[in-house]
Amino acid sequence: MSGTEAVDGGWPLFEVFVRGKRGLNHVHVGSLRAADARMALTHARDLYTRRNEGVSIWVVRSADVTASAPDERDPFFAPSGDKVYRHPTFYEIPHDVPHI
Amino acid sequence: MTTEADEPELRAHFEETVAADRRVEPRDWMPEAYRATLVRQIAQHAHSEIIGMQPEGDWITRAPSLRRKAILWAKVQDEAGHGLYLYGAAETLGADRDDLTRRLLEGRQKYSSIFNYPAATFADVGVIGWLVDGAAICNQVPLCRSSYGPYARAMVRVCKEESFHQRQGYELLWTMTRGTAAQREMVQDAVDRWWWPSLMMFGPPDAASPNSERSMAWRVKRHSNDELRQRFVDMTVPQADRLGVTLPDPELRWNEERGRYDFGTPDFAELARVIGGDGPCNRERIARRTAAHEDGAWVREAAAAHAERRARRADGAGVAR
Repeated sequence: MSGTEAVDGGWPLFEVFVRGKRGLNHVHVGSLRAADARMALTHARDLYTRRNEGVSIWVVRSADVTASAPDERDPFFAPSGDKVYRHPTFYEIPHDVPHI
Repeated sequence: MTTEADEPELRAHFEETVAADRRVEPRDWMPEAYRATLVRQIAQHAHSEIIGMQPEGDWITRAPSLRRKAILWAKVQDEAGHGLYLYGAAETLGADRDDLTRRLLEGRQKYSSIFNYPAATFADVGVIGWLVDGAAICNQVPLCRSSYGPYARAMVRVCKEESFHQRQGYELLWTMTRGTAAQREMVQDAVDRWWWPSLMMFGPPDAASPNSERSMAWRVKRHSNDELRQRFVDMTVPQADRLGVTLPDPELRWNEERGRYDFGTPDFAELARVIGGDGPCNRERIARRTAAHEDGAWVREAAAAHAERRARRADGAGVAR
């Protein structure tokens, strides 16, 4: 997503999310241009689900997406980097304790 | 915000990402030349899909059965879809959709030379699927691992769908070659006309492809033109044998030592001429695309006006958009 609105009164950009089947999350599949959200939905159906790829679609204006800074080096994600105790493998338990 | 002082560090990080075969994503820092190369390549690819609807589109109304009509319709619709995935990928690099369309119509951005050849008979529909889409698959499968994430992801979708395109073409030819002598002749005639232009789809020979090396270093491109051309020939010859058609190249023969086929050199002067605008259908293709764009202007404007009015009403009523 570029986050830019259309110039010259053109159609705005929408991001498209598709739920592949029941039980799965919606996943971002790409973007498209449409005059409004309703048109974006029908265009998304024609563009991204021509072969039964989805059971549900979300569209959202690209300009309405707030995103974190691009890079994984970014300190934004640093708080989770040094907390190994959040993972189950951090804990040593005797081998003969069952079901844990 | 990037200051000049940051640039060496950002560049080093970019080079490291690409060298490690990780993906570059839209908001990452990237060298301007990388961005420009990608925009040019993706736009050219998108334009090719859109112009590529024309040669076969002509046959939708003239397909010999409802089955063939439905297949061809679905195929041409896919080409439109591929163009749109790719325009979407180009837009993630800051390219503007209207601007890309303008550049195509004004001849400032190219599309694949192959679509400047006419589809003379219905056998051409089959040969385009088999050879042209086959060559496109050869080119595109490695691009699924392109260093630029949105382009690579678009190519994954495109390649899945191209496989149907190639198979429907081969099946059509398979059916025709098992028909009458006249049908077999039509198929051979179409193969004779499309074989060399299909080989030209891989571009000029490596020695005459100045940007290739850098594109390969950036992993925007994964194999050289000549390597891809060779792969295509190696894949296609057994398919031609099975079909019972002759590929129009007297130099084509199996090379035991190399374990690959030797083949003749395409007429690269013709390729340059067609890219330069002087192919059999260049003017017709752009004239038609321009007419479609202009004829559709009122629809785009009406939809925008309708959307704006609805949004205003919704605001007036205190309802969220």
